[in-house]
Amino acid sequence: MVNFNAAIFVALLLFGIGTLGFLIRRNAIVVFMSVELMLNAVNLLLVTFSRIRVDLDGQVMAFFVMAVAAAEAAVGLAIIIAVFRKMRNIDLDKASLLRS
Amino acid sequence: MTLFPLILLFPVLGLAINAILGRRVSVKVTGSIASAAVFMSFLTALGGLRALLALPESERVIVYRLWDWISAGSLHVDLALRLDPLSVLMALVVTGVGLLIHVYSIGYMSHDRDYPRFFIYLNLFMFSMLTLVTGSNFLVLFVGWEGVGLCSYLLIGFWFDKMFTPTMSNSSAGKKAFIVNRIGDFGFLLALFLIFKHFGSLDFDSVFTTALHHPAPTAVMTAIGLLMLLGATGKSAQIPLFVWLPDAMAGPTPVSALIHAATMVTAGVYMVARSHVLYALAPTALSTVAIIGGLTAFFAATIAVTQNDIKKVLAYSTVSQLGYMFLGLGSAAFSAGLFHVMTHAFFKALLFLGAGSVIHALHEEQDIRNMGGLRKKLPLTFATFAIATLAIAGMPGLSGFFSKDEILAAAFQNGPRWLWVMGVITAGLTSFYMFRLLFLTFFGKSRVAPEKESKIHESPKVMTIPLMILAVLSVIGGWIGLPPVMGPNLLANFLAPAFEGLHHIEGFGHQGHLSHSAEWILMGVSTVMALAGFILAWRMFIKPAELGSRLSGERGAFYRLLEDKYRVDEIYEAVIIRPLAWLSQQLWRIVDEMIIDGFVNFSGLLVRVGGEVVRIFQTGYVQTYAFFMVLGLLAILLKLVF
Repeated sequence: MVNFNAAIFVALLLFGIGTLGFLIRRNAIVVFMSVELMLNAVNLLLVTFSRIRVDLDGQVMAFFVMAVAAAEAAVGLAIIIAVFRKMRNIDLDKASLLRS
Repeated sequence: MTLFPLILLFPVLGLAINAILGRRVSVKVTGSIASAAVFMSFLTALGGLRALLALPESERVIVYRLWDWISAGSLHVDLALRLDPLSVLMALVVTGVGLLIHVYSIGYMSHDRDYPRFFIYLNLFMFSMLTLVTGSNFLVLFVGWEGVGLCSYLLIGFWFDKMFTPTMSNSSAGKKAFIVNRIGDFGFLLALFLIFKHFGSLDFDSVFTTALHHPAPTAVMTAIGLLMLLGATGKSAQIPLFVWLPDAMAGPTPVSALIHAATMVTAGVYMVARSHVLYALAPTALSTVAIIGGLTAFFAATIAVTQNDIKKVLAYSTVSQLGYMFLGLGSAAFSAGLFHVMTHAFFKALLFLGAGSVIHALHEEQDIRNMGGLRKKLPLTFATFAIATLAIAGMPGLSGFFSKDEILAAAFQNGPRWLWVMGVITAGLTSFYMFRLLFLTFFGKSRVAPEKESKIHESPKVMTIPLMILAVLSVIGGWIGLPPVMGPNLLANFLAPAFEGLHHIEGFGHQGHLSHSAEWILMGVSTVMALAGFILAWRMFIKPAELGSRLSGERGAFYRLLEDKYRVDEIYEAVIIRPLAWLSQQLWRIVDEMIIDGFVNFSGLLVRVGGEVVRIFQTGYVQTYAFFMVLGLLAILLKLVF
């Protein structure tokens, strides 16, 4: 028997860690990873609720999220590499070329 | 005489042709076209006169309704012209004297580059003036009124690149005339509003008929009369608005003769005479007309005594003579006022044209202290100028004598006695300053600058012939208005139908006639005054021994006050212009810059401050935005849970 409460608790924990990481860290890669953490926390919730409700829709949704996350990872990493080439670092606070 | 409205068309045609030809043709051609246009109008006016004389006296009004002009609510105004004794007299004077001055201008303006513009303005003036005197309602009259004002402004500033005095350019003299006239026009417009409000029309006939049968309250009638008088004081240079006329001498001399002596400045006289019914119903306004006229006549004459610029003397003389006309109108002698309009047009136009001939001969010298002895060098100019001087001084038998005498007789009979005394003293002053002018200009030894002396020449025929015609008119022009003891007053009889409305007003104009002996005495008094002025001038300005000290000697305080024209300009400057300029400054600084600009700037400031506040949240850092999103999310969650 799967402990649904434990799964939900883990999902919340992952989401909280992801949110904090996203808000606090300035390193673009870490921020990026935090976003992935949040996405996967949501995925875990989707799958869990899918099992609880005995409905496959949630799991299908999780696949979509993974597909989108993969695409996003490709684009996001490409941007980070481009930023690094331009500025020689990936500190988000320093990426402020558009500010006058 | 169905073709009478053409009188307006000819000057327009003339100016159109001249505008198209421009400088491609010589001054002779341009001047001839302009003169021909005025000549055609003159013939039309003569035709009008003939048509009127063929009608029985009581039917001598023909109104030509050309078309509906304004039709708005209860206001209906036709573009209508009117042929009656009053308008035909004015039209004849305007076109007749105008024609002579046009011809004279061909010679006078022959050295000027801008002659087409000059003749175009002159023809435009003729058109406006004829509109003024032939219009059959107050609005058409007002259009002409404004038109002549515009032409006056354009022609005063004709040489707009030159200075009139060291401190005043010709164009600012033009502006002064225009602005002072606007004050009068403002009064005139208010009078028109009142007339329309109380009589429901602006047409002469219906206004006067309504006024006769259902007059407005006395206060309103007086207000109408006084406001119209304000308009008349502006256009006809009476106290308090006379200050523009002396400066109007900045224009070319033919313009001074035509506009600022013979025709335009008499528009106020015409207007008051045209509105005789309204004035007869407002005795207070009518006596104000007389008082204004008498005072102006006297004060302007005293100023003229001390002036040294030949045109300034004539300008103040014009103001003074216009005062006589108003004195006549105000003494209920409307036809006497118009009689003086006519005779004054002859001799004052002649004086100005003669002055122009002198100025022309001396190459723009206008100071009579630098003249003298021109009698032999300019014989024709001298002879005609002398005749005009005799006429204006009121020597018996000449035109000025009869018209001035008729006015003084009316003032003696109808007005307060002190006004009559003032008029008689003015007659003496007139004679004195005119002979002073004549003697200083034409008699004695020459005081002309030597380099100009050799170049003095009599003017060409095109200038002297109009002088001679005007001289003849100045002599015989008065014979159509003889006093009752000497013969029939043809002019008064001719004009009588135009003033027929006066007979319907009870207690007006029934003072009876003066006795014959009184008339003779009055004529004798004027003659004595004229002779006294002549003798005084002779004693002061003919004897060479005294002359030098007269011209350059020490002046008393009163003399200097007169020489400075009672400092009226300075008083106006201090009392009206300065406070007005100050008020405008305050309005600019406080109302415009602080209040109006304040509103605009405040709304701008509001947006800017709002932007500054909102800007704080727009850091450009993704994490800040995310932080706010999380906060929002938490808030929603809290709301859902509790």
